[in-house]
Amino acid sequence: MNNLIEIKGVRHAYTTADGPLPVLDGLEIAVPEGGFVAVVGPSGCGKSTLTRLVAGLMMPDVGEVWLHGERVKGPRSTVGMAFQNPVLLEWRTILQNVMLPLEIVPTKLSRKEQKERARYLLALVGLEGFEDKRPSELSGGMRQRASLCRSLVHKPEVLILDEPFGALDAFTREDLWQTMHKVKEAEPFTGVLITHDLRESIFLADQVVVLSGRPARTQYVLDVPNTGPRDLEHLYTPEAAEMLAVLRHQIEVAQGRAPVEEGVA
Amino acid sequence: MNPGLRKFFVPVLAVVIFLILWEALVWVMGWPNYKMASPSDLVPAYAKYWNLFFIMGWQTLWRTVVGLVLAIIVGVGIGMVMGFSRTMREALYPLLVGFNAIPKATVVPIVALMFVGAHDFNTVLIAFMISFFPIAVSISIGLSTLEPEYRDILRALGASQATIFWKIALPKTLPEFFGALKVAVTLAFIGTNLMEIVSPHGRGLGALFDSAKTNSDYPLMFAVLIALAGLGILLYYIVVWLENTFAGWAERQPG
Ligand SMILES: Nc1ncnc2c1ncn2[C@@H]1O[C@H](COP(=O)(O)OP(=O)(O)OP(=O)(O)O)[C@@H](O)[C@H]1O
Ligand SMILES: [Mg+2]
Repeated sequence: MNNLIEIKGVRHAYTTADGPLPVLDGLEIAVPEGGFVAVVGPSGCGKSTLTRLVAGLMMPDVGEVWLHGERVKGPRSTVGMAFQNPVLLEWRTILQNVMLPLEIVPTKLSRKEQKERARYLLALVGLEGFEDKRPSELSGGMRQRASLCRSLVHKPEVLILDEPFGALDAFTREDLWQTMHKVKEAEPFTGVLITHDLRESIFLADQVVVLSGRPARTQYVLDVPNTGPRDLEHLYTPEAAEMLAVLRHQIEVAQGRAPVEEGVA
Repeated sequence: MNPGLRKFFVPVLAVVIFLILWEALVWVMGWPNYKMASPSDLVPAYAKYWNLFFIMGWQTLWRTVVGLVLAIIVGVGIGMVMGFSRTMREALYPLLVGFNAIPKATVVPIVALMFVGAHDFNTVLIAFMISFFPIAVSISIGLSTLEPEYRDILRALGASQATIFWKIALPKTLPEFFGALKVAVTLAFIGTNLMEIVSPHGRGLGALFDSAKTNSDYPLMFAVLIALAGLGILLYYIVVWLENTFAGWAERQPG
C-alpha cells in the first residue's frame, strides 16, 4: 500500500545559546493511507519537533518528509493539527472557532455549507447545542473536542495530534478515545498521534513507534493487531497486557533506565 | 432596580453624597475660601464664567484627544515593531524607558522654546509624549507573549503573517491595549494641562486655572479642578465603552 506520510532519515538540531542541540537523529516513520500511528518516547526527546516537521512548519536539517508523494517544503492546507492546549480563540463562539480554517484554506463550500459542516462535526463529537457558547463557558474536555472539530473542518488528509488528551482527567480521556474512533470512522484521515499514555497508544493506533531519548531515532515499532474501532474492554485482555509490557520496557530503554537487551546487566 | 438604571444611579448617588460631605466638612471646620472652597461657592463661579468653561474646556478636550490619537498610532506602531522583532525589542526598550523616565514638566519649557508660538502643536505634542509609552509596551508584550500554538494553528494552514496578525495577534492583544489606553487617557490629560499651566498661552482650562490663581479667585480655581475631573471622567468612560464594544469577550462573568 502507498505510504501517505514518509519520514526518511530525518535529522534535526536546534541552535541554542550553548551550541547546537541535536533533537532528531535518523528518524524513519511510514504511515500508510488511512493508518494511525502513535508516537511515544521520553519527555523532551523531540516528539513535538517531529509534528512541526510533518506540518511543514520547519524544515529538517537532513532527510526528507513526504506527504502523499510530495516532498514537504512548507505548510499545506491538507494538514490538520491539534495540541495539548486547545488554543480556542476566546472572542469567537465555538462554531466560529471551528470554522476558522475555512477562512484560510480555499474552499468550495458556501457560507451556509461551511456552517452546516461545522455543526455536523460538533454534533459528531457530542457538542450539539454548544455552537454559540464562548470557549470560556466550556469544560477542558469540551474545548478539546471543539479543537478536534477545528482540525478536521477542512477535511485534511493528515491529522497531527500532539498530546491532545494530555491535560484531561482519566475519565474524560477515555471518553475522548471513544469519540476519536467514532470520528475516524465518519471522517477518514491518516493520523499521527503523539502521546505519553501507552494505553492510549494501543487503544487508538494501529502502529506504535517508540522513540529513543534525545536525540531521537526510531527505536521500536509495535503493530497493534486488531485495528479499527474497539471498546475499552480491549485494554484488559492478555494481548493488551503483553503489548503494554513490551512498550513499557522499550520506554525504560529509551530513558536509559533499562539495559538494551533483557538479561544483560 | 433594573441593572441599566442601577449602573447610572449608583455612581450619581455617590457623587451627590461626596458633594454633601464636602460641603459639610467646609462648613463644620469653618474654612475660609482660600483654604478650601465648598461646592456652594462653585455654583457662582460656573454661572459667572460658563462661556469661558465651554471655550477652554473644548480647547483642553480636543488637544488631549488629538494627542491621544497620535499616541495610539505611534504607540501601536512601535509596539508592533517591538512585538514582532526581538532585536528591535532589545534595541528600543532602554531608549523608551529612558524617555519615559524624563519628567515631562522639564520637557515643557524646552518644547515651548523649540516651537515658539505654536501653542496647539506644543500642547498636543506633550499630551502625546506623556501617553504613548504604556500603549507601546502593552502592544509589544501582548504580541511577544502570544503562545506559539496560536500562531501555528493558522501557519500550518499556510496563512500569511498579515492574516495571523488580523485574525489572532490583534484581537488577542485588545484587552491589554484597552488597559493601557485607560492609563494613557489620564496621562494625555495631565500632559495637556501641564503645558497649559507651565507655559500659559491663554488657552485651555489650565490657562483659566492660572488666571484664577493670579486673581486670587479661589472658588474659580476649585471650579476648574472639578471641571477637569469631569472631562477626565468623560474621556475615561468613552474608553470603557470602546472596550466593552471591542473587547467585551475578555470580561469573565463573576462567580
Ligand atoms: N525552538 C526551540 N529552540 C531550541 N530548543 C528547542 C526548541 N524547541 C524545542 N527545543 C528543545 O528540543 C527538545 C525537544 O523538544 P520537543 O518539544 O520536540 O520535545 P517533546 O518530545 O515534544 O517533549 P514533551 O514530551 O515534553 O512534549 C527539548 O529538549 C526542547 O528543549
Ligand atoms: Mg511535546
